[in-house]
Amino acid sequence: MKKLWKPVFFAIVFLFLYLPILILAVYSFTDSTTIGAIRGFSLRNYVTLISTEELRNMIAGTLALAVGSAFIATILGTLGALGAFYSRERTRTAIATVNRIPVINADVVTGFSICVLMVVVMHISKDSYIPLIIGHVTLSAPFVFLNVMPKIQQMDSSLYEAALDLGATPFRALRQVVIPEIMPGVLSGFGLAITLSLDDYFIATYTKPAMFNTISTYVVNATKGSQTSIKTALWALSTAIFVIVLLFVLLGNLRAAQEEKRRERMD
Amino acid sequence: MRFSRKNLGIPYAVFLLLFVLMPLAVLFYYAFTNGSGQFTLMNFIGFFTNPNTLGTLVYSFAVAFVTTVVCVLLAYPLAYILASSKIRAKSAVVMLFVLPMWINFSLRITALKEVLIFIEGNLAMYPFTNTVIGMTYDFLPFMILPIYTSISRLDHSLLEAAQDLGANEREAFFKVTLPLSMPGVMSGVSMVFLPAMTNYVVLDMLYNSTYIMGSLIGSYFAAYYWHGGSMIALILLLIICIFTLLTDSDETGDVRGGTIL
Repeated sequence: MKKLWKPVFFAIVFLFLYLPILILAVYSFTDSTTIGAIRGFSLRNYVTLISTEELRNMIAGTLALAVGSAFIATILGTLGALGAFYSRERTRTAIATVNRIPVINADVVTGFSICVLMVVVMHISKDSYIPLIIGHVTLSAPFVFLNVMPKIQQMDSSLYEAALDLGATPFRALRQVVIPEIMPGVLSGFGLAITLSLDDYFIATYTKPAMFNTISTYVVNATKGSQTSIKTALWALSTAIFVIVLLFVLLGNLRAAQEEKRRERMD
Repeated sequence: MRFSRKNLGIPYAVFLLLFVLMPLAVLFYYAFTNGSGQFTLMNFIGFFTNPNTLGTLVYSFAVAFVTTVVCVLLAYPLAYILASSKIRAKSAVVMLFVLPMWINFSLRITALKEVLIFIEGNLAMYPFTNTVIGMTYDFLPFMILPIYTSISRLDHSLLEAAQDLGANEREAFFKVTLPLSMPGVMSGVSMVFLPAMTNYVVLDMLYNSTYIMGSLIGSYFAAYYWHGGSMIALILLLIICIFTLLTDSDETGDVRGGTIL
């Protein structure tokens, strides 16, 4: 009896997290519009998801925003981490402190404050996408910074000096020695920036053009509407995203396991 | 100008100044002025004398508090089981509990909503319970991850020492494991409590029409009333500051990104 509580508790939490997604996945392959009785197998939702232009545009727009803002955030955050690391301690502390603000702050506050500054005070139209992109960069660049910083700290600083001694210009030493060393942090920062942008609702709501929707803003609006074909097509989207995330995680785990094996062999 | 490595940080420093500090300065300005740009304390006094907004503050705290407690009660035993188990491929199993973090939260809440409708019939019957379930569903991975990390980083020789000195398993847990894993709990609490006060979309999607602090900002935004919204944002900022000082965890960035693994 005493031994049993562990697997039982484990299973309860696991089911709590996964049952809703899995049930929705099953129902996404039927033609029913509510959870309950299972009716016939149907790919209708997947057909709607692919063939509805509005949905296609919304997904493409979300992805474009995520990749674009992550790209800018990665460049800014990486340069920021490099600059901060090589600055005086006071400057470094100041940058790191301000960098923490968007990380800790509630996204509602971040989104609202950027909207007030850019739209109300600076009169930049939301239709220009500038507030939205800036908003998402503000959300994710600090995380890039946090991902890159440890890699710079771990780096052997004499590598850069050695490159200079061997006649490399500072820029070349940076490009060919420092950047490759910190690349793992840059890449994980980029990946993180993409996921943050994909998951965001609040910053997009306060800064996006009226006619543009991300997955989050679209889903939230769709739950208020009554168009059931769109509602159930979103079940298909949810299932597709779940499968994609699962694949990513599995691949990542597989690679990590292989790496470990290789390292063990080398030892 | 000679190339200097510290100059690389200038673009980001300017960016932070413009889009992190400036917006906060603007919030301050709007919070303490009225429509004609004159200084006023009315937004501030108004918030603390209006029973509706005070009720919202209390309701937010209640939602956040209960959600946080439920998350700790679920996450701690789970993290403990995970960290102390000897299964192979443990990191893959831990990953399973973190993975929902990367699925769009609005789609996850949609899934939860459909299941709750099936179970309860009418969601309007249990608005508070549904909200807590929704928030817990949304934020639980953010509680599991830091607690798991702090327990698995624990120095095992300390536990052995406790047992050598005559402590039984229960005593060793309460006197060694629990206190030493508190930083992980605090970091999880700060990851759950604040979003639970502000993420009003969870309430909206589960048909709970009561306001939390975030909803106030949303409604001022919809009414283009920047002064009122700024004051709410400022009050939230104040709560966030106090909370961060109290929990004082440096790991927030790692946890939220799921990179702590």
